[in-house]
Amino acid sequence: MLKQIEGSRAVAEAVARCRPEVICAYPITPQTHIVEGLGEMVKSGELANCEFINVESEFAALSVAIGASAAGARAYTATASQGLLFMAEAVYNAAGLGLPIVMTIGNRAIGAPINIWNDHSDSMSMRDAGWIQLYAETNQEALDLHIQAFRLAEELSCPVMVCMDGFILTHAYDRVDVPTQEDVDAFLPPFEPRQVLDVADPVSMGAMVGPEAFTEVRYLAHHKQLRALKLIPQLSAAFQARFGRFSGGLVKPYRTDDAETIIVALGSVNGTIQEVVDEMRDAGTKIGSLGICSFRPFPLAQVREVLQHAKRVVVIEKCLAVGLGGIVSDGVRNALSGIVLKGHTVIAGLGGRAITRAALRQLFQDAGNDELEQLTFLDLDADLIQFELEREARARRSGPTAEAILRRVGTVASQVA
Amino acid sequence: MFQVRIHGRGGQGVVSGAEMLSVAAFVEGRFAQAFPSFGSERMGAPVMAFCRIDVKEIRLREPVLEPDAVIIQDPTLLHQVDLFQGLRDRGYILINSTRSFEDLGLNDFTRGFSRRRLCNVPATEIAMKHVGRAVPNVPLLGAFAAVSGQIRIESVVAAIREKFPPALAQKNVAAATEAYALVQSTRETADA
Amino acid sequence: MELQTVKFYQTGTFTVGNRLLAEDERSVQANMDRTNSLNSGHRACQGCGEALGARYAIDAAMRATNGELIAVNATGCLEVFSTPYPETSWKIPWIHSLFGNAAAVASGVAAAMRVKGTPGVRVVAQGGDGGTTDIGFGCLSGMFERNDDVLYICYDNEAYMNTGVQRSSATPPAARTATTPAVGREPGNVFGTGKNVPLIAMAHSIPYVATASVANLRDLERKVAKAMEIAGARYVHIHVPCPLGWGSLPADTIKVARLAVESGLFPLFEVEYGEITGRTPIRRKVPVTDYLRLQKRFAHLFNVAGEGRVAQIQAIADRNIAKFGLLEEARTHG
Repeated sequence: MLKQIEGSRAVAEAVARCRPEVICAYPITPQTHIVEGLGEMVKSGELANCEFINVESEFAALSVAIGASAAGARAYTATASQGLLFMAEAVYNAAGLGLPIVMTIGNRAIGAPINIWNDHSDSMSMRDAGWIQLYAETNQEALDLHIQAFRLAEELSCPVMVCMDGFILTHAYDRVDVPTQEDVDAFLPPFEPRQVLDVADPVSMGAMVGPEAFTEVRYLAHHKQLRALKLIPQLSAAFQARFGRFSGGLVKPYRTDDAETIIVALGSVNGTIQEVVDEMRDAGTKIGSLGICSFRPFPLAQVREVLQHAKRVVVIEKCLAVGLGGIVSDGVRNALSGIVLKGHTVIAGLGGRAITRAALRQLFQDAGNDELEQLTFLDLDADLIQFELEREARARRSGPTAEAILRRVGTVASQVA
Repeated sequence: MFQVRIHGRGGQGVVSGAEMLSVAAFVEGRFAQAFPSFGSERMGAPVMAFCRIDVKEIRLREPVLEPDAVIIQDPTLLHQVDLFQGLRDRGYILINSTRSFEDLGLNDFTRGFSRRRLCNVPATEIAMKHVGRAVPNVPLLGAFAAVSGQIRIESVVAAIREKFPPALAQKNVAAATEAYALVQSTRETADA
Repeated sequence: MELQTVKFYQTGTFTVGNRLLAEDERSVQANMDRTNSLNSGHRACQGCGEALGARYAIDAAMRATNGELIAVNATGCLEVFSTPYPETSWKIPWIHSLFGNAAAVASGVAAAMRVKGTPGVRVVAQGGDGGTTDIGFGCLSGMFERNDDVLYICYDNEAYMNTGVQRSSATPPAARTATTPAVGREPGNVFGTGKNVPLIAMAHSIPYVATASVANLRDLERKVAKAMEIAGARYVHIHVPCPLGWGSLPADTIKVARLAVESGLFPLFEVEYGEITGRTPIRRKVPVTDYLRLQKRFAHLFNVAGEGRVAQIQAIADRNIAKFGLLEEARTHG
């Protein structure tokens, strides 16, 4: 059924149709509307056979989900940013135990400095914890990915993180098609655990494993994600067959067939990128883009296949490997191993800075003219950087950096973007 | 694509105004995208919300930098915030004020604009009259329907009914339709 | 012949005591059909108070639930010695997640049982003092506050034993640990620090809180069984000597535990909804020195400088006796 609703609401309705049995969450911007929506549905009875638990921290939230999932219940939670870090120990624990928990990440920057706006630093911080990570381009896809996520998680016994850009998607009203309960039931069977705490058949979960077997256990976790590389496309095909639209998959190429320049990105920025690609194509430039949906497992073969014939690749990242540069770029370079082409990393959108068509247009033109550095920070205020470096050089007690910069930037309210 | 930018202060319903506008467009079978731009979340702080309307799926995810219409819910923002940034002179401007554009000191700025696209509406007063709360967003939507013709007043009404519980919806519908009628009659007078 | 009332004290075995009791009052351990939830073969140290306490507590819980129990374990000695890969000594469903989240994981298991329609399957969470009073404190309080249907059992050996005897907020004043060494002006753990989690549990007004000791295993069983009759958040705090960490003889574990109770340093009491409803009076009060002398972790108190501090410890014991009325006539029994 078509609805014009907030992205968070769309996700809540999708999750509700997946018949979750235990939902536990701790509030953090920008995920709050999702769990509030689900909480209301449980309390009103609209979402039946579901326990909604208000917990005292994100660490508790994922821990409750771990207990519930281990006991055979379909468990869900959501968080972002600082909350994801606070539950970090449990994130690794859930993956290590092989529990099919689904968690929404409302992508938000991590402090310090504290920042409530969108970037990918939070989910990136957990990229190697063993969770499957899927990035939604639109609110429709965010909704759809949750449905696929439960089935993916339960088939593999591996937790899945569905990442959606905070505010840009979570707080945006969009037209979405919310599936019926019947259609979701046909796609997503009841949870049948591979391991479960059952008084009729007791097992011990969470043993200590020493050097004699730890490597093998970890290899099996890696192997599980390699299997996901096959399963993810199968599920998106099955999803398309049932629901009539394509969502998810490993990667989404856009006008890449004869492209000389290909832009790679995760999440909602792909929409803006496609607009610019269309404009430049109309003007005769051979440019295309590649959206990566499955970031873990990283689709090396698929990325290679799309990018291998391009002259140059520009990876736009809403995250930063401090002291190195790109994170997504690492995976892309890996995929292109042995192939020589021009690769660029552009760090953009950090802490919610808008990524505009104008800036992208300029960026892609520069790339096409081979005037782009290997590592660029989009829309970086060089004057501001210069000012701050000089200021710090003048005195040892130079005070907090962020505050000094803000003083110079002035009132944020006066700027549109 | 038609792009609207709404300026106001926290607590004035800027964000829900944009959301209702998107629902109104949806009701007419179009695609719409509405989203906020948050500063610190507190009452009274300057707030912006955006709405894009199109006949096809909207992929763009940047703030509205080149609005076709600017709706100003709080005239105290004038001369404080660059409310008209990116607005081309074919654009629409709606201001929540009893004072005219001239009295607001905007005559020079709006010299190149089509007069039919400029509109000041006593939205707060209309809201107080029907709803009893100084939240001007709904009357401004009614006015927007009249001045721009981008959405029908019936769609605005449908969006209102979807958002509010019945009793409150009725009052808001009255506010929206009064504002709509007011703007319509002003234009008819101007045309005559 | 006149009938005479004879007080019967248990003195170390249950053999005599059990045979004089009705069957349903006997220790679970006397029953050949007991679960042996924590089965033999685990790797606990000789004389480990925690292994003893856990075996009695969990078997008692299993009897109370007709065998329908799931256990959630925090990281710590119990978890480590009971599951040496690839073996496990648990005969019941058991999960170990992390150090600080046993209470939260247990809340999740309890929620799953409700939603699956098997609320008769109960949940017990267990952790040492470190995992309960320190790193697990937030989750514990959250579980209490929500009144989740979980029995949390804390095995208190008064330090982080598994990692090498480091100080926790349950470490008593003056005790030597690896991070409160017996050197300097104030050897051992500092006076005026520490956390009393049973009293904190009491402040949460949860349905049932009790302290227990391996010195009185029947009382421990009774308290666990009573706890299992109640729905909601429950907390049982068991004092379990650690011969290795305390520097006591493995053969003295129960004796040391009894001296802690009889000196007043470890009061045995029960609380329901924030009100004390029962306490075990001290039968034969002993000075704290009887208790302290058996443990090397307090050895430094018995040199010239230590006297004043022993007096401070005695004062703590005396305050407990006064606060809980431990020398008054028995008031209530469950």
